[in-house]
Amino acid sequence: MTTLVPIEENSAIESNKEEEHGDYRMFGLAAFLVADGMTFAGFFAAYLTFKAVNPLFPDAIYELELPLPTLNTILLLVSSATFHKAGQAIRNNESKNCQRWLILTAFLGLAFLGSQMFEYFSLPFGLTDNLYASTFYALTGFHGLHVTLGTIMILIVWWQSRSPGGRITSQNHFPLEAAELYWHFVDGIWVILFIILYLL
Amino acid sequence: MTIANQPSDFERGDRLQPTGWMRYLSFSLDHKVIGIQYLICGFIFYLIGGTLASAIRIELTSPISDFMARDVYNQVLTLHGTIMIFLWIVPVVNGAFGNYLIPFYVGARDMAFPRLNAVAFWLIPPAGLMLISSYFITGAAESGWTAYPPLSINTPAAGQIIWILSVLLLGGSSIFGGINFIATILKLRRPGLKLMQLPMYCWAMLGTSILVVLSTPVLAGTLILLSFDIVAHTGFFNPVLGGNVVVYQHLFWFYSHPAVYIMVLPAFGLVSEILPVHSRKPLFGYTTMVYSIMAIVILGFVVWAHHMFTSGTPPWMRLFFTIATSFIAVPTGIKFFNWVATLWGGRISLNAAVLFSCGFIVNFVLGGITGVALAQVPFDVHVHDTYFVVAHFHYIVYGGSVFVIFSSIYHWYPKFTGRMLNEQLGRIHFFLTFIGFNLCFAPQHWLGLNGMPRRVAEYDPQFALINQISSVGALLMALSTIPFIWNTIQSAFNGQIAGDNPWEALTPEWLTSSPPPVENWRGQAPLVTAPYGYGARKKEEEDAESTDTNNQGN
Repeated sequence: MTTLVPIEENSAIESNKEEEHGDYRMFGLAAFLVADGMTFAGFFAAYLTFKAVNPLFPDAIYELELPLPTLNTILLLVSSATFHKAGQAIRNNESKNCQRWLILTAFLGLAFLGSQMFEYFSLPFGLTDNLYASTFYALTGFHGLHVTLGTIMILIVWWQSRSPGGRITSQNHFPLEAAELYWHFVDGIWVILFIILYLL
Repeated sequence: MTIANQPSDFERGDRLQPTGWMRYLSFSLDHKVIGIQYLICGFIFYLIGGTLASAIRIELTSPISDFMARDVYNQVLTLHGTIMIFLWIVPVVNGAFGNYLIPFYVGARDMAFPRLNAVAFWLIPPAGLMLISSYFITGAAESGWTAYPPLSINTPAAGQIIWILSVLLLGGSSIFGGINFIATILKLRRPGLKLMQLPMYCWAMLGTSILVVLSTPVLAGTLILLSFDIVAHTGFFNPVLGGNVVVYQHLFWFYSHPAVYIMVLPAFGLVSEILPVHSRKPLFGYTTMVYSIMAIVILGFVVWAHHMFTSGTPPWMRLFFTIATSFIAVPTGIKFFNWVATLWGGRISLNAAVLFSCGFIVNFVLGGITGVALAQVPFDVHVHDTYFVVAHFHYIVYGGSVFVIFSSIYHWYPKFTGRMLNEQLGRIHFFLTFIGFNLCFAPQHWLGLNGMPRRVAEYDPQFALINQISSVGALLMALSTIPFIWNTIQSAFNGQIAGDNPWEALTPEWLTSSPPPVENWRGQAPLVTAPYGYGARKKEEEDAESTDTNNQGN
């Protein structure tokens, strides 16, 4: 844990007179995502406890249809891969490729949101019908909010990457990396959510 | 990418930001300004929360509700609890002193994310104003600072929703602050400075920030679910709609028990800074202090259900949480003995800062003992929701954290302003506070043991006399703030000039001018590897003397 800086290097910095410190924005974002993950952890814990100790009336138990959420899972997993491709492209200084991968990722995000909407409208229960229904909408809704924000971020990054020599270059592309980390996080949460909510 | 931190940058930045007192009202990015903003803002809320506390004690001087209507009493106690916890202690022990001191301690020019830092502060005033104004507009929340459902669902909704929004804003502020502290302490250390050479307050803030980042989001999620119950009539925590109130309690205490450590761990750190300076001795047991902080952080996450022994908690869970809670007494005890050992045999100057720190040690031990008692299920079942809990709680957060806040203000005021506080007024402040505090809260143990329930405006007439004694104590506490406020205001203009290092301290914040320049140090930050090296100079002299005598002998 301790950082050891040799004395020579230390004195070199002092003689240099200029102080610099690294860019810790990714570290800050990672810490924020840990916090965000704890919000989901709280929701998951609540859902599992409700499931374990609050029995539902037999008429309130639904068998969820699996095909649509499975499609959603595939959409998000593929979008993670395409976002990764976009990151690779910008590092190789292929700006045009990067933009193509970004727009594809945004499209997959929108497809997920559309498919989620479709599922909401086709479900036989509403938000306040019973405890299970409320938890279902709270969990998927809170995750959907994250996907919405992520898609907006991707579109912003895509817009930024269109101007050459702007905020997104092969050397300097923090917005893209940050959005990518966030997007992988949201996808990971979905996988856990899918297992807990649909498969368990 | 690197960020150049040359002094010239700061000078350029200086011109863009207001100077003088106006900078305390601006969106300043300077960690020192933000620290003072936290401190003054927190103190204003302390005065408001204290006024509400006085109103509660006035009401309780008589067994009937004559001073306030019952629902007003409920609103007042809810506001008192929420303001004192979320707007005074948490922002001040973390935000104020953390922001001011941590960059000095790690040898940095500012926090890792200065803009995020300013955002974290500026979330607090609107949240506080929203909370207080709810009393005048819609009626404030009435369900206490815990907002337990179904009470919080069945009381008027508008006040409760404003309460939730305000706590969410404050939680966001805390999380941003916590991320910033973790990044600053782990990443921004001056080259050559090792983790185990950091002043103890850094360790306390690292532990606290881990608690903040991991537990506050759970409270946020829970309050969002509660707001759905209130606004959209879902049934998460509403038994009528098939919900489960105990789940709320689990989630709430998963945050709010660590919150106790969020309030008290930084206080531990501050005391560990103050005592060595004024007793001219190294901090006793540095390594054990570090490990006990981290042990408290880990144990702090697995003790929450000791607040819920009467909530139908199954026996195995009660047993587990009793044992885990009792274990916390071990690291806490280690810290207590280390402070006493730091004082032991030292050249102690009994000024106001040390008096408040010693007051903290005494009060905290009393609060700690009742804490261990409360962790035992048979005892807890007897005194749950009585004044015994109120007494215990105030011994920890007032006798603990608030005493340390005052101690820290006496210690660091010369650093903030360049002027000393009046020592005589400081002592008057201490004795009024210490006597008033113990007179107010010690009798409440007796009230609780005899069955007086908390959070009610009316009580059995047999408790009247003890309640009146308690109210006299509260009056003394209210009076004690007058010399303090007078002292801080007049010393800012007329106080004796302090010089750069009036306490001859060794920690890095004293190795610059008082008040410090915008860039913290003119030139390179000093490398302080022994922040508690008091007596080291004496030892060197002794060594020199002994070599002299050896030479003479030869």
